[in-house]
Amino acid sequence: MIEFDRVTITYAGAPAPVLRDVNLRIDEGELCLVVGRTGSGKSTLLGAINGLVPHFTGGTLVGAVRVNGRSTAEHPPRELADLVGVVGQDPLATFVTDTVEEELAYGMEQLAVPPAVMRKRVEETLDLLGLADLRHRALHELSGGQQQRVAIGSVLTAHPRVLVLDEPTSALDPTAAEEVLAAMTRLVHDLGITVVLAEHRLERVVQYADRVVHLAGDGTVTAGEPAPMFASTSVAPPVVELGRLAGWQPLPLSVRDARRRAGPLREIITGRSVPDVRADVALGAAPLLRARGLVVSYGTVLAVRDVDLDLHAGQVTALMGRNGSGKSSLLWAVQGSGPRQAGRVNVGGTDPHTLSSAAARALVGLVPQTPSDLLYLSTVGAELAQADHESGPAARTARDLLDRLAPGIPDDVHPRDLSEGQRLSLVLAVQLRAAPRVVLLDEPTRGLDYPGKHALRRIVDGFAAEGCAVVVSTHDVEFVASAADRVIVLAEGEVVADGPTAEVIVASPAFAPQVAKILAPLPYLTVAQVSAALGSAGAA
Amino acid sequence: MSTARVPRALHPIAWWIWAIGLATAVSRTTNPLLLILVLATLGFVIANRRTDAPWARAFKYYLWMALIVIVIRVVFRSIFATGVGATDHILFTLPLVHTPHWYSGVHIGGPVSLEAVLASMVDGLRLGTMLCCIGAANALANPKRALRVLPGALYELGVAVVVAITVAPQLVESVQRVRRARRLRAGSGRGARALRGIVIPVLEDALERSLHLAAAMDSRGYGRTGTATRGSRRVTAALMLTGLVGLCLGVYGLLAAAAPRYLGLPAILVGGMLCVLGLVVGGRRVQRSSYRPDPWRGPEWIVAACGGLTAVLLFVTTGAGAEALNPSFSPLRWPPLPVLPVLAILLAAAAGVVAPPPPRPVTARRTRIPALAEPTREGVSA
Repeated sequence: MIEFDRVTITYAGAPAPVLRDVNLRIDEGELCLVVGRTGSGKSTLLGAINGLVPHFTGGTLVGAVRVNGRSTAEHPPRELADLVGVVGQDPLATFVTDTVEEELAYGMEQLAVPPAVMRKRVEETLDLLGLADLRHRALHELSGGQQQRVAIGSVLTAHPRVLVLDEPTSALDPTAAEEVLAAMTRLVHDLGITVVLAEHRLERVVQYADRVVHLAGDGTVTAGEPAPMFASTSVAPPVVELGRLAGWQPLPLSVRDARRRAGPLREIITGRSVPDVRADVALGAAPLLRARGLVVSYGTVLAVRDVDLDLHAGQVTALMGRNGSGKSSLLWAVQGSGPRQAGRVNVGGTDPHTLSSAAARALVGLVPQTPSDLLYLSTVGAELAQADHESGPAARTARDLLDRLAPGIPDDVHPRDLSEGQRLSLVLAVQLRAAPRVVLLDEPTRGLDYPGKHALRRIVDGFAAEGCAVVVSTHDVEFVASAADRVIVLAEGEVVADGPTAEVIVASPAFAPQVAKILAPLPYLTVAQVSAALGSAGAA
Repeated sequence: MSTARVPRALHPIAWWIWAIGLATAVSRTTNPLLLILVLATLGFVIANRRTDAPWARAFKYYLWMALIVIVIRVVFRSIFATGVGATDHILFTLPLVHTPHWYSGVHIGGPVSLEAVLASMVDGLRLGTMLCCIGAANALANPKRALRVLPGALYELGVAVVVAITVAPQLVESVQRVRRARRLRAGSGRGARALRGIVIPVLEDALERSLHLAAAMDSRGYGRTGTATRGSRRVTAALMLTGLVGLCLGVYGLLAAAAPRYLGLPAILVGGMLCVLGLVVGGRRVQRSSYRPDPWRGPEWIVAACGGLTAVLLFVTTGAGAEALNPSFSPLRWPPLPVLPVLAILLAAAAGVVAPPPPRPVTARRTRIPALAEPTREGVSA
């Protein structure tokens, strides 16, 4: 179905090709998972399938990419529209019309499908993706999962043979992501459509993949059956890492398979003391930040209802809950810059809400969901100098901070050219320059791959070790399992759970990390814990 | 007529023809009674046949605009008075400004007569009523549907407008987000520095978004069927331009009573033909179909005909009852009410009954089906 024949892709001005001499065949009806680190060329590979690379992005492509026999050299993306459907990360950015029904029809209008056929296909697609109730709704008022389903539907109506999905769930909460992935697997099974998928949070999708394409990062590409491939990939979900650690052959890819194999492992580690994920924090008598009765409302919608919050020095708190449950509103209200209808916040005797924004940020630092909103200068160096200027003299310059968070970012790079992780580090350096003792991070794990998340965990650990109180709002259970001391779950603006990580996230099956599901009832959360337990066994 | 009763949106072009017909009719008269009758007609049709959409509620702004036109007209007429007759009723006298002798054509200030004020009021009323006719078309016809019926040659233009309408709220949201984020960096909300701190992230955001959109449109087949050759593009442009010039001349000839007779109809016909030809030539390269096209059925014909007939009837009576259509206010008297124009305007009002009722808003339907209430609420809260 899709054929890469000795393909090398080089972007203009790049020292080395992104993809080098790629030979790849993806057959009809396969669900093909593309894995690799950020910047290894996943998007380039996906874009090359319908010719967006290089027709739209520029660069040189040597070799040939053929889809169903049609070469992208002779056919620009628009002429492959009847064959390849493409869905991106941010559905809202790709919508052309403004209601669900019209969006579903847009692609067909371009292909000059007769009106009667169009009408029928729209009805079928509405049913297939469960969108019938939303048909007249405006696209921007849908939830993220609904928008992504509309985006998938809008390319499906053209009856493509191939569906290309570039991280379709990276902006979604777990439930919405589940919704989208369920719709996608249904398409593979019911329609036999060929799907090529890139995804960060592999733990959700590996079990559905028929084939894995691994991008090593140096331009080489290997492909094969999932289980053998994952034995050596540079990124892997926890279930695979546990399998590698325990030496299971073939590697299990789903919790179910792993659990069936985990009997002996459970026996070995039963009775051993469970190593701590993180060293115990000696909580000070008084919290660093004390918030009481916070209420935030927008018009008639209550975003945060009467929330109390204590943050202690050295503690990392994870804030979880579905999209729209009030996580961001709570963080903004605590920081003092956001709206707040009632309640008090006390940081070292003052309320940041009553201070100037410069004084507030020296007490509580917040990194917003879109970190690039804070950047407006044309080089990293200028941003750092501006941060030093804003925060006044101090022992550490912003440059020192950045080098500690992410070493090796040169001064003359444009902030937009940094990777997600590097940009996050830059914004963190800018915000931390004011030396706040309370640090709030709004969804920092978005768009980070596994190594990126490891780096973030180290950074967060570092803050906590220095006596900061850190709050991280996130959807990522695996990250929470390894990085947080305490978890708060919000729903409809209320705190529904608050306690130590192990208790809160293991309590519900939907929230539990993979390792906990595999080794239940043993209270293990991360692969590192299992590894430590096995290590102590070896020593004994 | 059973199909007319099924609630559906009338073809937008039908409403536009109706409104333009009515506006043309209005241009022929300064009889305040007729003008007010036209306004009443517009009000009746809109009240009867508009939807709940935001553009449908915009009619009141056109009414305000009409009022402003009248006020401006009266104020200017009072200031730049052109003298008073012997029998005029003087309302008040403004201080007279003496203009230099080389600028003696214009009087500023002086006595203001009731007759002059009334005449300017009626003049303003005519212009305001024409504005309201256009406003009525906007309120009755969904502007997005109207763009969809643009001929193929103008398709790109329609897409650009639709995208702009969709992107504008996103841009506003982007500005709000960045302004909020500025405070986190202790940036002030004022001054050139703040502007830079807001404008640059917003522009970068917008640029990135438009690139995404362009890529998405490209991969969904936008602009799929070949591009025009240079030659055909020039032919299209030449045809369209000459056609538009012809149309403008023709419209001027028809509407301006002082223009020579031969200018009106022939110029409009030739110009119209050239435009159609240009659109056909330009549209040949675009092959698309449209989803749920608005049908053109009996009610559309009738509504369009109502507007057209009104215009024709007022043109026909223009010779016979010139005094009734354009009554003079000096000497002061109550304007007459000519029968035929009144009937013509009432004919236009029939559109409010003949057109099918507009489709019910989606929300109203939902409340009647309890099973659907749940996903709705979830969607709103998310």
